[in-house]
Amino acid sequence: MGLVITEEQQLLKDSAKDYLKENASIALMRKLRDENDENRFSPAVWNAMAEMGWAGLIIPEAYGGMGFEYVGMGQVLEETGRSLTSSPLLSSALISATLLNLAGDQSQKEKYLAAIASGKIISLASEEGSHHNPKKVQLTAKKKGDGFILSGSKNYVLDGQVADHFIVSARTAGHSDSPKGISLFIVSADSAGISKTSATLMDSRVCAHLSFDNVAVSTDHLLGELDKGYKPLQKTLDIAAIGVSAELLGIIQESFDRTISYLKERRQFDKIIGSFQALQHRAADMYCEIEICKSLVIKALQGIDEDSFMLPALASMAKSKCCKIAQLVTNEGVQMFGGIGMTDDEDIGLYLKRARVAMELYGNYNYHLDRFATLNGY
Amino acid sequence: MSALESFKKEVGEFLDQNCPESMRQPMKSEDDAYWGGRNGSFKNDDQKSWFEAMAAKGWTTPEWPAEYGGGGLSKDEARILKKEMAKRNCRTPLLSFGIWMLGPALLKFGSEEQKHQYLPDIINGKIRWCQGYSEPNAGSDLASLATSATTVGDNYIVNGQKVWTSYADQSDMIFALTRTSGEGKKQQGISFLLVDMAAEGVSTRPIKLISGKSPFCETFFDNVKVPKANLVGAEGGGWSVAKYLLTHEREMIGETTDPSAMIPLNVSAKKDIGMNADGKLADPVMRKEVAEWEIDGAGFLFTIARLKDEMKAGQPIGAKSSFLKYYGTELNKKKYELHLTNKGLDSLGWDGEQYEEGKLARMFCRTKGNSIEGGTSEVQLNIISKRILELPSE
Ligand SMILES: Cc1cc2nc3c(=O)[nH]c(=O)nc-3n(C[C@H](O)[C@H](O)[C@H](O)COP(=O)(O)OP(=O)(O)OC[C@H]3O[C@@H](n4cnc5c(N)ncnc54)[C@H](O)[C@@H]3O)c2cc1C
Repeated sequence: MGLVITEEQQLLKDSAKDYLKENASIALMRKLRDENDENRFSPAVWNAMAEMGWAGLIIPEAYGGMGFEYVGMGQVLEETGRSLTSSPLLSSALISATLLNLAGDQSQKEKYLAAIASGKIISLASEEGSHHNPKKVQLTAKKKGDGFILSGSKNYVLDGQVADHFIVSARTAGHSDSPKGISLFIVSADSAGISKTSATLMDSRVCAHLSFDNVAVSTDHLLGELDKGYKPLQKTLDIAAIGVSAELLGIIQESFDRTISYLKERRQFDKIIGSFQALQHRAADMYCEIEICKSLVIKALQGIDEDSFMLPALASMAKSKCCKIAQLVTNEGVQMFGGIGMTDDEDIGLYLKRARVAMELYGNYNYHLDRFATLNGY
Repeated sequence: MSALESFKKEVGEFLDQNCPESMRQPMKSEDDAYWGGRNGSFKNDDQKSWFEAMAAKGWTTPEWPAEYGGGGLSKDEARILKKEMAKRNCRTPLLSFGIWMLGPALLKFGSEEQKHQYLPDIINGKIRWCQGYSEPNAGSDLASLATSATTVGDNYIVNGQKVWTSYADQSDMIFALTRTSGEGKKQQGISFLLVDMAAEGVSTRPIKLISGKSPFCETFFDNVKVPKANLVGAEGGGWSVAKYLLTHEREMIGETTDPSAMIPLNVSAKKDIGMNADGKLADPVMRKEVAEWEIDGAGFLFTIARLKDEMKAGQPIGAKSSFLKYYGTELNKKKYELHLTNKGLDSLGWDGEQYEEGKLARMFCRTKGNSIEGGTSEVQLNIISKRILELPSE
């Protein structure tokens, strides 16, 4: 496979771009924010996305999805990065669908994958601290009768405030930092004992902190094998990191394009500021770094579809590089817009804020750099 | 079997038979290469037989037309040859500015006589060429060059000075940019001339570099007589030839980047600084630097592959070649910075067997020229700004 997208994927990307521009632009994001909408995404837009098949893009046709490749999903995520569209595409349609597909049994797949494809929201509840650390699981699931009792808490659950179900990583054996002894459960959001608090982050999107107070689940809610949830979880998290990288790539390119346009328009000292070489060279340098990001992202997306043994390294390369360059490009963007870049009226700052959140999701720069080195034996 | 498959088989057999074991080892230094020329000599019989076998097939220039002695291969066939050679670690049989630079210019702009006169000698390594572009006062601003070529009868009389002429003292001929007119825009009066280094009035003086080596010369022209038949392209059309070649050269950078040169920094780092009990590089700061470099290196290789795929899909590389030139050379400089830090004082030995005659330290110095030769990094950034980002001139 060449490192280019297919005609079919290009079509998907183009139609995503058109749809988002018309229906889910920054104006919508501002409106939801300014009206203090409690979910910060538009259910109408999400339903339309589901109808267009995006909610089931990577779900096999047998379970009501489109059976598309992850490369295609990456193109849509990239476009949502450009348009700053908030939706459960990442949380539910990418991450939870991937994990269910990897770990679920036949009947769980039939039930939950079809639900996701139809637009129902399932969120992964795996983080417990302020830094990504999927091995550190203190929430416990204790065997009781022919079910389990879940106690503990989960943080920063994307779309957790509106999810219909959660996939929860729970400790069933081993010490609290061990990859061994982690099990996955799929839990209805309205189960007795779950309480939620919403948290609005810098990007003006909302997520949820969950507390599990002796939540009872039956055995058929165990996803995959007991104590062996870490493997499918980790693979899903690699795919999540790649998905966020694709979104970051959209953010990077859009904020760069907007910065270049501004450089061609703003005049000072009787000159277009884009004629100043001090700015030109910084812009050209960013252009080069973006070329590298594009290659790492498409390579990583293809790695998912090819089930590459390099997937963990590809994920860490893509995420760390995209974090670094998102930071560079959004900071330079605000700087090159000058004072106006600091105002809420100008969009460039919104990219900086979304980038900063996306950079932290599923492992930040440091996490993935460290992991890349470890994967390579140093 | 398809035609390409049987070609692949044929190539494999040819290489197995004709590439001696010693020609399948990585070159230790530039001295291990064969450059040809009137004064060129082979280091050993293996080098000679390998070169002769390849030259006889025209495979020193696989894609050049067979009528001039080239290999006459299609793009696909040439790719197969390259792959099969890489698989066996076969050395490039002939390094040559004639192959990389002059040949492509002659194929595009040269007359039929010029092609027949010069191309076979390039292919067979008989004549070694050097490039005479830069002058003391014309570097990045190459078009301001002043070496003059004045018409006298059927000849040009050339006067002036070139500088940074790589290997001028070992070359037989020079392709030089000269000024045939001072009228109009400075780009207009430039002509592309082929000059015999043995002609009366041509002299060279080596320049010693910070690496301690002297692969460069100043080249002086003092009333040198050059037949008008040695003009390539039109009089005053030399700038188009030079520009074509510069772009070609930058595109080649993608082709010639050796993937093995990009990746395994951690292998030497582990040896140089050692590992902690927890399986991590002993120096946590270097661990970060090495990982960053490796990610950029891998990203760069993927990007070369991606741009090639995009070219196949019909998107020309254009000014993106400036990005490849800039990024690749800066990465290479960074790599040697890291090598030196990893090895510490051991990397700084300048002479003596213990330090392989200062190989690493000298190589480090040499890489500093990567971002100067062939157009500086700043010039590449200018090109990206203007041609890709379309930012205005001041
Ligand atoms: C290893 C090596 C091999 C070479 N081989 C050859 C050869 O075989 N034949 C040959 O003809 N030449 C050769 N050169 C010469 C090379 O092409 C020139 O050195 C190069 O083009 C730069 O010119 P200069 O040295 O005059 O530097 P200058 O042009 O004087 O540049 C000095 C500094 O100013 C910067 N600068 C210049 N203009 C601008 C601008 N517009 N904007 C921003 N910054 C600018 C440059 O980037 C550089 O940092 C070689 C050079 C090296 C180092």
